[in-house]
Amino acid sequence: MSAVTETPAHVEDDGHTTNFGMSNEKLAMWTFIGSECLFFGAMIATYLLYLNRTNGGPTAFDIFDIPFTSASTFILLMSSLGMVLALDAIQKKDMRGFQTWTLTTAVLGAIFLSGQIYEFTFFVEEGFKLETSPFSASFFVLTGFHGIHVTVGVVMLFILWALSLKGGITEKNTETVELVGLYWHFVDIVWILIFTLIYLIPVG
Amino acid sequence: MTAIAESPSTGTARRRGFFSRPTETTGWKSWLTTVDHKKIGIMYGVGALLFFVVGGVEALLIRAQLAGPEGEILSADAYNQIFTMHGLTMVFFVVMPLGAAFINYLLPLQIGARDVAFPRINAVSLWIWVAAGLFIYSSVLFDGMPNSSWVAYAPQSIVGPDPNGYTLGADAAAIHQSRMLFYSLGLQIAGVASLASSVNFIVTVLNMRAPGMTLMRMPVFTWMSFVVAFLLLFAMPIIGIALWQLMFQTRFAAPFYDPLNGGDPVLWQHMFWLFGHPEVYIMILPAFGIISEILPVFSRKPLFGYSAIVFSGIAIGFMGWGVWAHHMFTAGLGPVADAAFGISTMFIAVPTGIKIFNWLGTMWGGQIRFTTPMLFSIGLVSMFTIGGLSGVTHSIVPSDTQQHDTYYVVAHFHYVLFGGALFGLFAGIYFWFPKAFGHLLNEKLGKLHFALMLIGFNLTFAPMHFLGLNGMPRRYYTYADGMGWNFWNAVVGIGALVIAVSFIVFVLNIIVSRNNPPAGADPWDARSVEWLTSSPPPVHNFDQIPTISDRDELWYRKYASTSDKEAPVRVPAGASDVANPGGPYGDKVSGKSAKELGIHMPDPSWFPLILSIGLPVAAYGVFYEGALMIGLLAVGGIITFGSMIGWALEPSAEEHH
Repeated sequence: MSAVTETPAHVEDDGHTTNFGMSNEKLAMWTFIGSECLFFGAMIATYLLYLNRTNGGPTAFDIFDIPFTSASTFILLMSSLGMVLALDAIQKKDMRGFQTWTLTTAVLGAIFLSGQIYEFTFFVEEGFKLETSPFSASFFVLTGFHGIHVTVGVVMLFILWALSLKGGITEKNTETVELVGLYWHFVDIVWILIFTLIYLIPVG
Repeated sequence: MTAIAESPSTGTARRRGFFSRPTETTGWKSWLTTVDHKKIGIMYGVGALLFFVVGGVEALLIRAQLAGPEGEILSADAYNQIFTMHGLTMVFFVVMPLGAAFINYLLPLQIGARDVAFPRINAVSLWIWVAAGLFIYSSVLFDGMPNSSWVAYAPQSIVGPDPNGYTLGADAAAIHQSRMLFYSLGLQIAGVASLASSVNFIVTVLNMRAPGMTLMRMPVFTWMSFVVAFLLLFAMPIIGIALWQLMFQTRFAAPFYDPLNGGDPVLWQHMFWLFGHPEVYIMILPAFGIISEILPVFSRKPLFGYSAIVFSGIAIGFMGWGVWAHHMFTAGLGPVADAAFGISTMFIAVPTGIKIFNWLGTMWGGQIRFTTPMLFSIGLVSMFTIGGLSGVTHSIVPSDTQQHDTYYVVAHFHYVLFGGALFGLFAGIYFWFPKAFGHLLNEKLGKLHFALMLIGFNLTFAPMHFLGLNGMPRRYYTYADGMGWNFWNAVVGIGALVIAVSFIVFVLNIIVSRNNPPAGADPWDARSVEWLTSSPPPVHNFDQIPTISDRDELWYRKYASTSDKEAPVRVPAGASDVANPGGPYGDKVSGKSAKELGIHMPDPSWFPLILSIGLPVAAYGVFYEGALMIGLLAVGGIITFGSMIGWALEPSAEEHH
């Protein structure tokens, strides 16, 4: 830290030296992701506590369609690959590739979301509602908040794509893409955790 | 949406979306649109002191009701609302934001930065906090204020205080639901503000220090703020989830905490205190930082054991996560959990004790000047020690089981939060007031304020130890004659009035002192770099970013190093104070604006203020059903996300050509 000798001329770190060697925006995103870990951690803890409190309503065995959710999980994970390719493209100044992969990532995320909406609708019709049991409530709140995070990510990706068409995002904006990518990968990683804990651990 | 069409890089068009970019630097508009950390800090401080008056009036009502047996000033229902709001106000709208006021104002100055890392996010934190406070207090216009105490334990928070004989009539459930929605949604909104500032402060400290300002040269206040930012970062999401769950429970019948439907009320206690105990350190650590700045200045000695104070602060930050269940010794967690949390609670007294001995060591042998900030700082050291010691008695589980929910606990946490945090924060107000406003506060009135507050504080809270040990429970709206509690309750009531008088003296002091002569850059012969620049500092803080070569940088610029036996010698000044308002040893403040000096500062923006309006609008939607609910949620969402988009497309600073 004592190696810093240059005086930053700007408040904003537009390319200037920062003490940490990482831009303010990227450091903020990592910090925020640290906070998000506790956000999901608190919900996952609640879910694990209420795993078997079904109030005589549907249990995990009764209600979850594991092949269906596995497919939508696969789609979400593939969207992370799309995100990597989008970032790679813009770093190689390949704007066309960037647009293709950003759109692909956003669409894959949207498919995951529609799968979740279908799943929620199906559950409610089957009598597995928010107020059914502590188990159902913690399921809906956990996966629902994850869905909101995916929605935010999809919106950001669509905005990136639309801006790049109009020249608002150019090959100079690799860091903006990287930040959206950090967020997107985090949301995916959380889903891996949620999918494992909710769908793959056998309880009932 | 017109902003999308513009290329942000051309910078020629000033109109962005619906608003033209504000340019005011004075007047009310400049305050509403400011992104300057100093103005934001001042607004936090003023807002917190206004809420302090509200919370104080609530406290006086509580004490008036309890001054004698069978009090009839407040009904049981009113009492529940008043004491709940007293707690919420003092925690979330007085002590936390007063800490935030100092962090905002001082942190960039102390590390030699021009502003925080994200000036507009800083502004949005302030406005969201204001929105949260107004939102919670708007509950008086609806079905009443939250009434389940600030801890809002289930199932009381779900069904209300008396589900069978509730005096409010048949729609008691709806009334209670409305009140607890104000609690859950209001604190949720306040939490957003805290989370945003925590990210901001962490990035500022890690990225924006002046050349030579290594971490271990940072002033202790900055260090404690840094620890607090991490505590906020990890505590806020936990209470956020708990509040969401409470919201889903009260509004949408999701049985999270309802034992009749399989929910576990103890889960709320765990989530609340897993946030709530770090919250205690969030409130006290800024005050610890403040007095660690003040004691060396008025003892004319460097801080004794700087590293020990810093590392004990970090240790408190870590250990603060491992003690939460000492609030729950009567919840039936079992002997192993109780013993473990009892031991961890004894452990956390160690780093706190280290700090206290270091403060004593700082004063030991110093040339002490008993100024008002120094008196308040010594007040913190002594009063907090009393509160800390009664806290250690709570780590002994059988003893705590006796004292749980009695006035002994009330006495304990007021000794640490009032005697600790608030004394430290008032010390800070007296100490940095000349920096922020250019003139000193009156010392005589300041000392009167301190004396009255110290006496009033001890009259109010010391007898609560006796009341608690005599079995008087917390949160009861009245008590019978002949319990042996009458005398001390009367004393407590008098003490509360003395505290109120002391605050009036403080307000008088601010008014009386408004025409005091200019204080100059460094009125206290201080040690850290915020005193290098003029009082008040220019918008850009420093004309020239200082290069730091020592802890106590300013001290070493002022005084030549000599051998230990001799008194330090003041270095002759290079320039006069008249020619250089920045002080002879420091920044050559020219009085020119940032633009004239070629320093790029972020421009004001309307979006932080507009964004904050969206959140309470959406929150009101949760209270209703059908079209009104959807409508309010949609309007709130459009305001919030619309301003986010406008914000994202607006550059932090317009380019000047």
